[in-house]
Amino acid sequence: MHELSLHILDLLQNSAEAGASRVSLVVTEDTPQNLLAIYVEDNGKGIAEEMLEKIADPFTTTRTSRKVGLGLALLKATAESCGGNLEISSQPAVGTKVSASFRLDHIDLPPLGNIAATIMVFLTGRSGMVFSYRHCRDGKEYEFSSQGDKRLSEHPEFLIKVRGIIEAGIKSLK
Amino acid sequence: MKSLEDLNALKQKSLDELKLRESKDSVRIVVGVGTCGIAAGAREVVGAFLEELAKRNISDVSVTQTGCIGLCVKEPLVDVVIPGQPTVTYGNVDASKARQIVAQHVVNGLVVGEWVVNKL
Ligand SMILES: Nc1ncnc2c1ncn2[C@@H]1O[C@H](COP(=O)(O)OP(=O)(O)OP(=O)(O)O)[C@@H](O)[C@H]1O
Ligand SMILES: [Mg+2]
Repeated sequence: MHELSLHILDLLQNSAEAGASRVSLVVTEDTPQNLLAIYVEDNGKGIAEEMLEKIADPFTTTRTSRKVGLGLALLKATAESCGGNLEISSQPAVGTKVSASFRLDHIDLPPLGNIAATIMVFLTGRSGMVFSYRHCRDGKEYEFSSQGDKRLSEHPEFLIKVRGIIEAGIKSLK
Repeated sequence: MKSLEDLNALKQKSLDELKLRESKDSVRIVVGVGTCGIAAGAREVVGAFLEELAKRNISDVSVTQTGCIGLCVKEPLVDVVIPGQPTVTYGNVDASKARQIVAQHVVNGLVVGEWVVNKL
């Protein structure tokens, strides 16, 4: 994936597929600490402990289990190749927390890309999804939240407007 | 952007239009947004559908998403579901194809045969 925001979309989709009705996304860019981190937390069905071990190790799992997909393995590879890591904690029936970290100055770090487009697409057709997004960049902060209005999630004009608002919000962090 | 007032006005308008939509069987566009779909450009495809529908002021068509259906080399995959007609699946869709699918298939009812991977 050529943008971190595409990995973010992938994580958000995992949460939705796990039946989450509440998903939160936090992105932090910390130049002094040389750290970029992405956190996605949901209240979906969670991951059983034995599965959690498998997910953390894509090389053994892809061979033994066809049920394990590509998304997390790709993100783990990207994070590790950028001097960071991927951590997943989960409690069945409670929810899941995924965090990915990267060295901000790493030469292989993909650009964040279009987070606003990622959020717009994630919200598309997801009636009832309560979603929040917080982006911190060196002390500045932007927040967006959506209360999951059933019908607005299906309205193209509204969704495009939301994308514009988030784009402007992220720009204000510069 | 005068975001909040704008959004509230739009919200009312949306609710009015959606009341209209609910009264009939609506057309659905379903995009595959799993890992393979995302890597192949599904995010831009959903964006293009939303933009084209908004541009044409079409409010009785819904865009939804689905995960991987196991036809990864053909991603991004798009289903066009029109009540009373066979569901048409398009493969390797990009933003420009998405716009044409709206213009030809959704608006004018003409299936774009060239890009169809499945019909049922
Ligand atoms: N947020 C989550 N909540 C519950 N289970 C999860 C979550 N994220 C991942 N999983 C579990 O981990 C598995 C692997 O996730 P991963 O994203 O790597 O692949 P996938 O979603 O199955 O397929 P792909 O991403 O290739 O389309 C999922 O099938 C799911 O069982
Ligand atoms: Mg996935």
